[in-house]
Amino acid sequence: MTAVIDNTSPAPAMVPLLSDLSSVSGRRRNKNMVMTVLMGVSVVVVGFVLLLVLITVVRKGWSIVVSEFPKWFTKDIQLSPRRAGPGMKAAIVGTIVATATATVIAVPLGIAGAIYLNEYGKRSAFARTLRFLTNVMAGVPSIVMGLFIYVFWVVPRGVDGLNAFSGALALACLMLPIVVRSTEEMLRLVPQNLRDASLALGATASRTTLTVVIPKAAPGIISGSLLAIARAAGETAPLIFTVGAAKATNWNPFSGTNTSLSLQIYANAKESFPTAQERAWGAALTLIALAFLFTFGARALSGRLSRTTES
Amino acid sequence: MALALDDLKSKNQTADRAFRGATLAGGATIVIILGLIAWTIADKSRLAFKTEGLSFFTEPRWAPAANVYGALSFIYGTAVTATIAVLLAVPVSLGIALFTTQVAPSWLKRPIVAMTDLVAVVPSVVFGLWGIIFLAPKLTPVFKRVSGWFHGVPVLGRIFGPASSGRTFMTAGLILAIMITPIIASISREVMETCPLTDRDGALALGATRWEMIKGAVLTHSAGGIVGSVMLGLGRAMGETIAAALVIGSSAAITANVFSPGDSLPSVIAFEWGEATSDVKRSALIAMGLTLFVMTLIVNFVATAVVNRSMKRMRGES
Amino acid sequence: MTEKVHTMHEPADESVDSAARSTGGVAAPANKLIFSVNDLSVDYGAFTAVRDVTLGIYANDITAFIGPSGCGKSTVLRCFNRMNDTIKSAKVHGSILYHDIDLYGPTISATQVRRHIGMVFQKPNPFPKSIYDNVAYGPRLAGLKNKSELDELVETSLRGAALWDEVKDRLKSSALGLSGGQQQRLCIGRALAVKPDVILMDEPCSALDPIATARIEDLMQEIKQQYTIIIVTHNMQQAARVSDRTAFFTTEVNSESDRRTGVLVEYGRTDSIFSQPVDDRTEQYVTGRFG
Repeated sequence: MTAVIDNTSPAPAMVPLLSDLSSVSGRRRNKNMVMTVLMGVSVVVVGFVLLLVLITVVRKGWSIVVSEFPKWFTKDIQLSPRRAGPGMKAAIVGTIVATATATVIAVPLGIAGAIYLNEYGKRSAFARTLRFLTNVMAGVPSIVMGLFIYVFWVVPRGVDGLNAFSGALALACLMLPIVVRSTEEMLRLVPQNLRDASLALGATASRTTLTVVIPKAAPGIISGSLLAIARAAGETAPLIFTVGAAKATNWNPFSGTNTSLSLQIYANAKESFPTAQERAWGAALTLIALAFLFTFGARALSGRLSRTTES
Repeated sequence: MALALDDLKSKNQTADRAFRGATLAGGATIVIILGLIAWTIADKSRLAFKTEGLSFFTEPRWAPAANVYGALSFIYGTAVTATIAVLLAVPVSLGIALFTTQVAPSWLKRPIVAMTDLVAVVPSVVFGLWGIIFLAPKLTPVFKRVSGWFHGVPVLGRIFGPASSGRTFMTAGLILAIMITPIIASISREVMETCPLTDRDGALALGATRWEMIKGAVLTHSAGGIVGSVMLGLGRAMGETIAAALVIGSSAAITANVFSPGDSLPSVIAFEWGEATSDVKRSALIAMGLTLFVMTLIVNFVATAVVNRSMKRMRGES
Repeated sequence: MTEKVHTMHEPADESVDSAARSTGGVAAPANKLIFSVNDLSVDYGAFTAVRDVTLGIYANDITAFIGPSGCGKSTVLRCFNRMNDTIKSAKVHGSILYHDIDLYGPTISATQVRRHIGMVFQKPNPFPKSIYDNVAYGPRLAGLKNKSELDELVETSLRGAALWDEVKDRLKSSALGLSGGQQQRLCIGRALAVKPDVILMDEPCSALDPIATARIEDLMQEIKQQYTIIIVTHNMQQAARVSDRTAFFTTEVNSESDRRTGVLVEYGRTDSIFSQPVDDRTEQYVTGRFG
């Protein structure tokens, strides 16, 4: 006789009754229900907080942005935090100048690094180390990036070192690992047979990358870069040490101190004057609008990407 | 047609090599920058360490006027706020990730993902502004009431001690929790999505309820990735500057009371920078940056190691 | 209810009857009817995967479902323990009576059904836990906490799955370290530990080598004394070797939508299905001329 037939074998259930097949024990069913409800509640809680933040910002920021429109966008910032009146042009320009400069630095470098990782380095020890360090760099606090650029770039140049370019360097340090990671992910999605097809026609590796791989991954790369830009535009800490302070518009990244929307929010939030706080909410509304604009742009692009790859 | 050896030699070798070199340079920037960060910051911290020695890490007092520069209370504040943030964010984030992957009908998934992503897009300074002007005044009575409940209770009475303002460790922890929720939620969600259908079927076929299936199959499968995502969230919470700086209360304190104002490494650096005129004080602030850098490095290293190990275990290699 | 199944129209019933006649010489008493499937259809959204299946499953038999891919045999199998519930777009019509209880009745809990009707999947799917914890998973869900009872149950289940001798010294090591064949036997043991009445097997050997396959087939012969087994297989030789009854499914192309829908062609004792099939399509399939 085989082992199964002996007495110690698990005995099959007797003919089941209807109640045996009806719902599970109250305790197990309740636990299942409670946990499911808690999961739903988590989603609701975060949605509620997000909505609360957005509504507060819009409600409190709206009036100063639209009162005496378009002065918010065309006038420099009031010199005294105590005095009322719109004007955030200097900060808007500063944010655009610093973020754009950072983009020009970080995006090409990041794309190049990602190409190296995905097309050349692949699973080599150096590439693996590089990938690991990219993750490490993505985890470095933004304030450390600011301190680094201050020590490394601003100090040797003295007061002249405080300008939008220095701020852009710090922001670029922040963006670089994000761009590398998202770009590598997009390159990995490009099917190998596309590369093989190009190589089989006698194209060199670099030509294949530039004419086949990059165009195929372009929407994804741009979308990833836009997200990095949105992140950089909202950053404050790296700019505290690097751009100095200003209330007048300065389009020149290389000379003269500057300011940004984030710095204005930070500075005005610390003031107790209602005029300053109103300015902070206005700047917050402007900054969120800017960040969401880039994010929605990125989403629209990646939506288009998934459609083109599906078809 | 005769084939000459020359025909098979590469013609564009230099261009190809140059391109490869350029991409390598792009990748190498990361190594160089990380190296430079470590070296320059360590270099500028030397003055502080020379003045204070190791007591920089053990001295709770921060009194630039008396030439005493101790980072202990800020390290403590960083640890406390980051811990509160993680404790609050983890259950909510996992709830969101589980709801999206296991419960939600397919039409609801994209809106939830988009919503959590939007939380990540809100700049930290906006959360700080919202925290200091909107949230903190509303929290003061709540803190007072909670503190009243636990008054006289051992341990909990000390943790939820007397509250006098809305700018506290707890407030900073709350704001940081909101900020790290999308990080933990999105990474956990991605890991849970890799849980094979066969694992889920296996549990359900043994008569598991949905929650039992989640515990047995989904969470077991995703444990490593979840721990990694939590560590990444922890690293972010430790390094987050502006939001915490605005709501933490900015007074150096080492106390078990989470309703007490305190201070953290990044917020004190940001706050005191403008008033740092002496070389020693600047160096001390940079040394705090170094401390923060090392702390986040350790957390990120461990996170990566945990994830890698769990991936190996998933493949049954150990 | 039982009557109703036997008096059903369609080749399915006829073949049951003819099968009964063809085995008339065998003295074995007819096994008890455990499932009766009536007009079962499964839709995925607007697409009908399989339709109008009517058949009866007998206790302590091994019943094989065979047919070309896409014929709906796995879909039908997953109806027996309501695993189709986990696919959100799936809709089941008709009824499956299990000991005269409608499995899709309003008070029936899919979770409880699965404790009576276990399942083994195509790809071995042990949990990323220890061997012991895999087997103990089901009993623990039912609330069994006693250590010695659990130990005993794990041992008998693993013995039942003919795996005990191979793993008794490493019960605490990861189940993922086992070979594919061992993993599949672990999954069978895991199903046995819940003390089911029926075991459904969805191509359990398709990911295994011939030696591991032979061991699973031997195991099925051993455990059929206590369990009723329904196996889906794409391997006709396997069906012929192990099963007592065979149901042959095939696909019909819907002329309007050009979509394929599975139908049951013929059902009867395995020897008659393979030696004297009634339907031409069955004959073509079992003789290898189709599919």
